Amino acid sequence: MVVKVISANNAVSHAAKLAKPQVIPVYPITPQTSISEYLAKFVADGDLDSEYIMVESEHSAISAAVGASGTGVRVFTATSSQGLALMHEILFAAAGLRNPIVMANANRSLAAPLSIWNDHQDSISQRDTGWMQIYVENGQEALDSILRCYRISEDKDVLLPSMVCLDGFILTHTVEPVDIPSQELVDSFLPEYQPQESFLDPENPRSLGTFTDPNYYMEARYQTEVAMEKSKKVIEKVNQEFSEIFGRDYSVVEQYRCEGAEIILIAMGSICSTIRDVVDDMRGRGEKVGLLKVRNYRPFPKKEIYEAVKNADRVAVLDKNISFGMGGALYTEIKANIDVESCGFIVGLGGRDITPEHIEDIVNKTRNPTKEITWIGLKEEV
Amino acid sequence: MDSIGGTVKQPGSTRINKTGSWRTFKPILDKEKCIECDNCVLFCPEGCINKDYDIDYDYCKGCGICEVECPVKAIKMERE
Repeated sequence: MVVKVISANNAVSHAAKLAKPQVIPVYPITPQTSISEYLAKFVADGDLDSEYIMVESEHSAISAAVGASGTGVRVFTATSSQGLALMHEILFAAAGLRNPIVMANANRSLAAPLSIWNDHQDSISQRDTGWMQIYVENGQEALDSILRCYRISEDKDVLLPSMVCLDGFILTHTVEPVDIPSQELVDSFLPEYQPQESFLDPENPRSLGTFTDPNYYMEARYQTEVAMEKSKKVIEKVNQEFSEIFGRDYSVVEQYRCEGAEIILIAMGSICSTIRDVVDDMRGRGEKVGLLKVRNYRPFPKKEIYEAVKNADRVAVLDKNISFGMGGALYTEIKANIDVESCGFIVGLGGRDITPEHIEDIVNKTRNPTKEITWIGLKEEV
Repeated sequence: MDSIGGTVKQPGSTRINKTGSWRTFKPILDKEKCIECDNCVLFCPEGCINKDYDIDYDYCKGCGICEVECPVKAIKMERE
């Protein structure tokens, strides 16, 4: 165990190195770029024995990842924003072909207007591709999530790709202490990849990615849904094992001072650190507020969210994304699945700062709701 | 479905999929008129006509190219 003061991008690259992927096809894009640079350096220095493929676009990066995964090897890639959008069609292929690829996504807004700053629009817009998604709060969680995701994705009951989403700049370019586990410890948790089912094997010839007529397509899609459901148990099992080996606990949702809370704020990613501070302040003043951090967004942990918030008077859902004409994605899903009074808040789009004052404002607005969805931090409301 | 991700486990299994079922019009060859020029054999995109000019109706999709290419109109497309 070594504690280093590094950025979350550096932590992600260390995680990828520890997972020992045989192929890394990657294309640089702000704010993911340093992940691809760190990995290139590891390979060039001989610290990581991987085929590092310099591709000409993100579409090619994920296509090469699918091709490599189809030969039965462990694959890592990383992207962000416009790059993730360019990957869109192949994201469906990766999930449909049941390739257990793990990808880091440095969350960044989508153009237009062009912006390189953080929000969750890029990965939220890929929620229906069949990828599992985890949103992380700090560099340590980013590193640990990459390792956990390989175990979950490669489980024979799952065989689905995973996306580890980390907030652009807020995490990717901020340095903080990160415990980098030893290779030995990681090897005991994440053994060498043994391809299970869908891969090219000369000893056992088969065709991948074939055309399916209406007799087969729907069954294949149903299998993916079943795998997504089965992944819930696998996630639980892997988290338990991770905690035993590394001493850090992860669950699909994390409750912070939710007991006895009248109002619970629900959010994903780095914003949870700010909310935690505000919850402490407000609790200190006798106000009964709590935080529910959602880690795993796909599969959606509706049972766990319900259990955490069922006794609250109201919940406030913070979304760093907007499905135009409907509201934030997390809010609408909570509204649809969980029987609790809820208010939706659109925050921090394109890197707009979210301050403790904004969070308090959200709590107050939830206490006396005037509308279903409120945009926070706007300079002017039209 | 016993495979994962639409994987086809059996090599050469496309033979099982008899595409002749797609056909609406069926080519009928009149061997009396045939001058054995091989045009139909060469132009058939599915390789469904052999050197003896027998048509493989298991896989012929009924595209009608053979009828168009036949110089002596020995092939007629008839509704199934």
